[in-house]
Amino acid sequence: MKRTAATAARVLTQIRHDPRTIALMLVVPSLLIGLMAWIFTDTEVFQRIGPAMIALFPFVVMFLVTSIATLRERRSGTLERLLSMPLAKGEFIFGYALAFTLVAVLQTVIAVSFALLVLGLQISGSLVLLFSVAALDALLGTSLGLMASAFARTEFQVVQFMPLLIFPQFLLSGLILPREQLPGTLEVIGDWLPLSHAIDALGDVAAGTEDSGTWASLLVIGAWILGALLVGSLTLRRRTP
Amino acid sequence: MTNKTACIQVQRLSVKRGKSLVLQDIDCELAPGRIVGLLGPSGSGKSTLLRSIVGNQITAGGTVTVLGQPAGHKSLRHRVGYMTQAASVYDDLTVQQNVAYFAKVLGLPDAEATRVIEATDLQDQAKRLVLDLSGGQRNRVSLAIALLGSPDIVILDEPTVGLDPVLRAELWALFAKLAKTGICLLVSSHVMDEAMRCDEMLLLRNGKLLAQLSPGELLRRTGASDPEDAFLRLIASGGLGSAPPRDPSTARHRAEGEGS
Repeated sequence: MKRTAATAARVLTQIRHDPRTIALMLVVPSLLIGLMAWIFTDTEVFQRIGPAMIALFPFVVMFLVTSIATLRERRSGTLERLLSMPLAKGEFIFGYALAFTLVAVLQTVIAVSFALLVLGLQISGSLVLLFSVAALDALLGTSLGLMASAFARTEFQVVQFMPLLIFPQFLLSGLILPREQLPGTLEVIGDWLPLSHAIDALGDVAAGTEDSGTWASLLVIGAWILGALLVGSLTLRRRTP
Repeated sequence: MTNKTACIQVQRLSVKRGKSLVLQDIDCELAPGRIVGLLGPSGSGKSTLLRSIVGNQITAGGTVTVLGQPAGHKSLRHRVGYMTQAASVYDDLTVQQNVAYFAKVLGLPDAEATRVIEATDLQDQAKRLVLDLSGGQRNRVSLAIALLGSPDIVILDEPTVGLDPVLRAELWALFAKLAKTGICLLVSSHVMDEAMRCDEMLLLRNGKLLAQLSPGELLRRTGASDPEDAFLRLIASGGLGSAPPRDPSTARHRAEGEGS
């Protein structure tokens, strides 16, 4: 536990030394949500897709940040050094997950405050649940980022995993076309993807219609997080060729 | 038959990368309290041998025993300090933050971080980001981390690369001081001049161990006047024509007898 906390603190200290990244992570989501609200001025569309945006940003940003940061660990030799020390793989992974989840919660607080107070987005349900879903989203992005970094050798390659792992989830989430109107196979796939559940859950919270389906969605997201973290931990090898 | 006093025993070690053999049937034993230089040209397999001893390398055959345990064993993670060839430190942390983090991973107090920072003469740079340091200073940060917790074995992969002669001399003096405390130091280098600073050398070329002997013995047996010339003569002759000494205590007596 101490090593997990030390790893999380170290990652947060690294981020703190990079003010440009902090600004981009904290401000850009609010700006994009603002742009979306502006595009759909005088329509009901923003009220419908606004919560989905809150689900999307922590997920995408944390995927990118984690995949690049852990790839950097692998390439710089620090990971090899750490794994020759008494650091468990789980301590390393959960250290990263903890640090980026904290950043994501802060990011979500800013984005949600901006959406509620400045853009007039209405959330009828529990704000605690809203932040919980956003934090789970961030953790999902972190876990998938950890996994993706294992299959890339360069930053250029790891960014290419975004179209592979993120875009299909976005396309099948029901944002572009309601999932029930998708071709049967795609609907089934979309129903199992974690981003679909995150967007559904946030939609429920926004409308104040949380029910057992909302909690089921959170369970599905949790299962994906655990699965991705497991695969990510399997890719951390103490011995390499 | 292996020597019980040896801290590192390598037997018939082979490592493959792709289809090629990077290390072929390496046999050697290293005793504690000595500086052992691992010397050879770039690409000779030095880093691979060091990684095998740390336990980070997938091997194709043979065994590596460290302090009586298989290389990489969980119980060795506190006892073996390892400095990789690349500095392997966080550029966006200060020297103090880097060393303190690795100290925490090893379960050591902050005072231990301060101790190794002083031992590597980095006090003046402690609050500076590693990104802003010179190559030599970065190497010293990496060395400081390898020295955390007073390990029994310290494995250093090209620690003096990029250092000016004064710093290099200081670092070798530090290695000698550490060896006197009983630590086994295995130091790789492709600079043959550094051979004379070692108690014993492993000479590696094309993945094969050419010889394990003291610097004085190398000069005597090749008839050369400096280690670089000796190494070239050794390559030209295809080795020393006899098996490398297997008993570290024998090598130690020989080295002491030669005053090297």
